[in-house]
Amino acid sequence: MNWFTKTFSSTIGRKVIMSITGLFLCSFLVIHLIGNFQLFKDDGGLAFNVYSEFMGHNPIIRTLEIVLLLGFVFHIYDAFVLTRRNKTARPVEYANTRPSENSTWSSRNMGLLGTVILVFLIIHLYNFFWRARFGDIPADADGVENLYMVVVESFQQWWYVLLYVVAMAALAFHLIHGFQSAFQTLGLTHKKYTPFIQAFGYAFSVLICLGFAIMPLYFFFFF
Amino acid sequence: MAGSNPNAKPMDLTLKVWRQKDRNSPGQMVTYPLKGISPDMSFLEMLDVLNEDLLRKGEEPIAFDHDCREGICGMCSLFINGRAHGPERGTTTCQLHMRHFSHGETITIEPWRAAAFPVHKDLIVDRSAFDRIQQAGGYVSVNTGGVPDANEIPIPKSIADKAFDAATCIGCGACVAACKNASAMLFVSAKVSQLAMLPQGKTERKTRAENMVAQMDIEGFGACTNTGACAAECPVGISLENIAMLNREYMGAKLTSENVAS
Repeated sequence: MNWFTKTFSSTIGRKVIMSITGLFLCSFLVIHLIGNFQLFKDDGGLAFNVYSEFMGHNPIIRTLEIVLLLGFVFHIYDAFVLTRRNKTARPVEYANTRPSENSTWSSRNMGLLGTVILVFLIIHLYNFFWRARFGDIPADADGVENLYMVVVESFQQWWYVLLYVVAMAALAFHLIHGFQSAFQTLGLTHKKYTPFIQAFGYAFSVLICLGFAIMPLYFFFFF
Repeated sequence: MAGSNPNAKPMDLTLKVWRQKDRNSPGQMVTYPLKGISPDMSFLEMLDVLNEDLLRKGEEPIAFDHDCREGICGMCSLFINGRAHGPERGTTTCQLHMRHFSHGETITIEPWRAAAFPVHKDLIVDRSAFDRIQQAGGYVSVNTGGVPDANEIPIPKSIADKAFDAATCIGCGACVAACKNASAMLFVSAKVSQLAMLPQGKTERKTRAENMVAQMDIEGFGACTNTGACAAECPVGISLENIAMLNREYMGAKLTSENVAS
């Protein structure tokens, strides 16, 4: 192995990949949330449909889509490799262990939370992304594919709304640990800035996930 | 004895202790009732009492690591009631006293659990993986010659303090034992940053970070998840800041050193 592959297959190198891709995926969440806020516009979904049409056809967005996919792939792959390594690092478990005395629940269950998010992601992509890109969706009043209707109809089903709310709760806990943890892994700690990063990360995690969770609840209860 | 409490009532305890004949034998938890333990005893003295009982009965005494019994050597270990070095923070097992337990309590005692720390016998684990990591770069090479004057190299007090804080690591392995991933990052980070901060250590900082992390990975320790369990259970309070510094040192070294082969 040369130095490059050696670096990024070391435990620290893989963690650095986890942190960079994790923060990149956080930036995606911001864009995704801001765009989706158009669902609340009182125009029967016309603006949202134009926006989703743009997201599906703009060449820059389509290129970034591939970068985004790679971000997910590396994040999930390294999580898988590291989790497997971590399991083999302790072949015999303790008979009695009290981890809650020394660490938070979310910091110890990033893999579990990530798996919940992955399952959600697959269902979410199938329902919206897949149908928007490859499905046959009828046009709205302006002749644009009416993805808005798909959203409204999806969120009439209680189990679908529940899935979204549970997944967003999992994402919130994943981010509460993950956001500040990424900075620690990148070595970006400082007496002046670390308290801000931790507070910002907490607020970011809660607000972003709350923003996403409001959408299915809004359409379930007010439509 | 000075400091002892004449009113302290002796305690009866039930111990559940990991017993394992040798590295290749399977082990199991064995229950031992124990009567009349003074709250003034240290945890290891309590085990000494049990071992004398076992010797009198002609049974094999429980093997456990210990040396100075003053909390400075890093030899004692033990995972007590689900915690590395027991329930008290900032305490090694030898400095843990029985007054922190109560009459009638059941206490579980297990060895450090990690693939890199195989059990030798009972509660003793082989921590030579730490020695091999140290040998990979946890030192400063010094040329022979005249003894340099003290304080010849100026070092700011704040840096000296931070380096000293990292240097207080006694290498007991509680960080590995407490970590859900059995990661040695806190230990390695203390050793790397202690030397990287000082001028004498800066000359070898790149090869040190590269080689010590490589050895850490070879030994089979897990990766860091930043849970903070290690620092919370560390008997000498090594800070998580050291892990951030190790991450900086390692990536900086990997990206800028002349070493292209590995």
